[in-house]
Amino acid sequence: MSRVAVLKGGRSLERQVSLRSGARVEDALERLGHDVVPIDVGGDLVARLRETAPDVAFVALHGRDGEDGTVQELLELLDIPYTASGVSACIRCMDKVLAKHAMQDAGIPTPAFHAFNETAFKELGAAGALPEIEARLEFPIVVKPAGQGSALGIKFARTAADVPTALVAAFSYDRKVLLERHVHGRDLAVSVVDLEDGPSALPIVEAVPREEDFYDFESRYEIGRSEFVCPADLDDAVAARAAELALSVYRLLGCAGFARVDLMLEAATGELFVLEANAIPGLTETSLLPQAADAAGIGFDALIARIVELAGTRATAGA
Amino acid sequence: MTIDDGPRAQRSTSRDLERYAALFAQRTKVMKSSAMRDLMAITERDDVISLAGGLPDTSTFPPESYASLMQRVAADSCARALQYGPTEGLEIVKRCIVEVMAEEGIGGIATDEILVTTGGQQVIDLVCKTLIDPGDVIVAEAPTYPGAVPAFCAYEADVVQIGMDRDGMRVDELEETLDRLEAEGRRPKFIYTIPNFQNPAGVTLSLPRRERLVQIANERELLVLEDNPYGLLRYSGEPVPTLRSLDGGEFVIYLGTFSKILSPGIRLGWAVAPRPVLAKMNIGKQAADLCSSSMTQHFVAAYFEAGRWQDYLRSLAEIYRRRRDVMLDALAEHLPREAEWTRPEGGLFVWATLPDYIDTTDLLARALDEHVAFVPGRAAFLDGRGGSSLRLNFSGVGEDDIREGVRRIGKVVREQVGLYGTLTGSGPPAAAAATPEPAPAPPDPELAEVLELPDREQRRRGSAGEAGPA
Repeated sequence: MSRVAVLKGGRSLERQVSLRSGARVEDALERLGHDVVPIDVGGDLVARLRETAPDVAFVALHGRDGEDGTVQELLELLDIPYTASGVSACIRCMDKVLAKHAMQDAGIPTPAFHAFNETAFKELGAAGALPEIEARLEFPIVVKPAGQGSALGIKFARTAADVPTALVAAFSYDRKVLLERHVHGRDLAVSVVDLEDGPSALPIVEAVPREEDFYDFESRYEIGRSEFVCPADLDDAVAARAAELALSVYRLLGCAGFARVDLMLEAATGELFVLEANAIPGLTETSLLPQAADAAGIGFDALIARIVELAGTRATAGA
Repeated sequence: MTIDDGPRAQRSTSRDLERYAALFAQRTKVMKSSAMRDLMAITERDDVISLAGGLPDTSTFPPESYASLMQRVAADSCARALQYGPTEGLEIVKRCIVEVMAEEGIGGIATDEILVTTGGQQVIDLVCKTLIDPGDVIVAEAPTYPGAVPAFCAYEADVVQIGMDRDGMRVDELEETLDRLEAEGRRPKFIYTIPNFQNPAGVTLSLPRRERLVQIANERELLVLEDNPYGLLRYSGEPVPTLRSLDGGEFVIYLGTFSKILSPGIRLGWAVAPRPVLAKMNIGKQAADLCSSSMTQHFVAAYFEAGRWQDYLRSLAEIYRRRRDVMLDALAEHLPREAEWTRPEGGLFVWATLPDYIDTTDLLARALDEHVAFVPGRAAFLDGRGGSSLRLNFSGVGEDDIREGVRRIGKVVREQVGLYGTLTGSGPPAAAAATPEPAPAPPDPELAEVLELPDREQRRRGSAGEAGPA
């Protein structure tokens, strides 16, 4: 038995999801016999960590602070082993633009994109280049904040007239946004967990939205809003290729413990494209990674046990 | 480790929701629950100036009065206050309600026409429970009270929303809609309206429209649910007769509450309804909670007996009037000229509408970075409208916080207006927009048809596709 601090909540926009992930992780840790210390991350985080001196910190935070390397940096400083990816991998995953550039450079297919920060528009007249971007990417174009973990702020622009509105919305969440070619097709998620034989791709989950024409923030986390199929009904070759891509991305970005890689299977071409990697995917009742683990015969408690076990080894290996 | 199941769960916990998902009733699937709710959760943080709540300022209630009233309840009616009471409510509190209604200009109410409820919210729930089968139509205002939306959804009602302007619900549009529904063979069960200082819009239904609305209800034999939580919180202008007093109790169900004139914590409201409707609501209430709190009913009775409730109300109205004025001044100073807002004569809310390229749900994310919060307009619609509007509350926080909160909102709105201008080449460069402009003149109420959202929406839909989800 060890003392495990579960870091959850925080001030990110995904606070509620994180609280649900955290609560579920706490239950599992208690069942596994650990001494659980729940911490809603706030101004007293460092003090709380010093005071409770946990053997391991389970990072159940999503979005800003928790998934972008900030909390990980503090945990490194305090010498507390923690779960999942380290500082640099978190930074690479959280910044979709960095991640996509890394993928492009490594020859991993990702939808074509152009990224700008706010100053490019305000001070360099980047708006003048929008017609070129639109011509290259073709409508509809997806506009995303670079650093938002969930689907918050993701907009579709169907015509040139929609682009400024979509950009204004995306800039509400981040100072950097990307415009990305929309890949029409099936929405796949490949979860990767570091098992005994090393990082392994779990059965693929396909998210089929029931109502909206887009897999949005609401349907992602609400029971009954999306239908999840696991394992997804795919050709063996496609499934194998998706798993291979996910593992490549996991290694490329330096992830550890577990992560989730989101892909699109393009309807017209049958090609796979990687959208992004999530360093700390959701662990709620409706989250995809626990579903995938379940399909692989790994129960939630076993999953959590493995993730905690790895926290210690990564700290040693990384030292 | 191996890929097996590990130690099996020894106990189930309420957190393991997926185990129960298959058991949930169909109606839970239409219960509204959204990204906005997640955003709203963050607005409750201590470091956020929240103009999002709908809270009265209970810090204005003297603690010594509270103590002496509770002392009084303990001395005079301890056992009764701790006991169940009748479902319809205690006679002693009904007499207080008669007094409040008389103050609202509704005389001649008999105590057996009153059902005491657990907050005004329970009236909405009981009216739906009594009248609504799945698919039945409820006519509501656009925008409507965000807190009514989950109730309407839970009963699987089909809510049809009628546009508003500065005189409240557009009764001409209401009639057209009723005709259309009739042609489709659908008869609405009731019309839900907040005639005074509407939540969220802040506007008041004019007397001619009230008269016409009551007439329509009579002609078509439709019920009207008149939700009147703020009627006694008027800061300017002349009181307008309630629908209940115009109708005399034929087709109006009246909803009142102590929440805004005394305390929402006591959870006491009431309904006055035609007797057959009231009888059904009473049965519904029995099932829901048997009776409302005897303790707080005794508290209210003691409070009214002390005879100073009107003094407290006047002091509240004075505080809120100043806060409203501070908010309106701050809006004029800090919002760009592209924005419009209502100028309520009472109540708790101002409704502001920004240029339609600003989505206020997204804007809230940016505003939270500045530690200020509001309610995005979409919360007040069931059909995705209201995307560029927001509701601001002026009763729950002090004048300094109102000034600072509106300044921060103004800052993020100006940033977005400037950015949009830069992106489209239509507006001023962002750098110029970021510098505070001289305060624009307050919007001309004659021109500011700020609530005519349907037209705005149609224009937007006509010219450009929807820009993705909320």
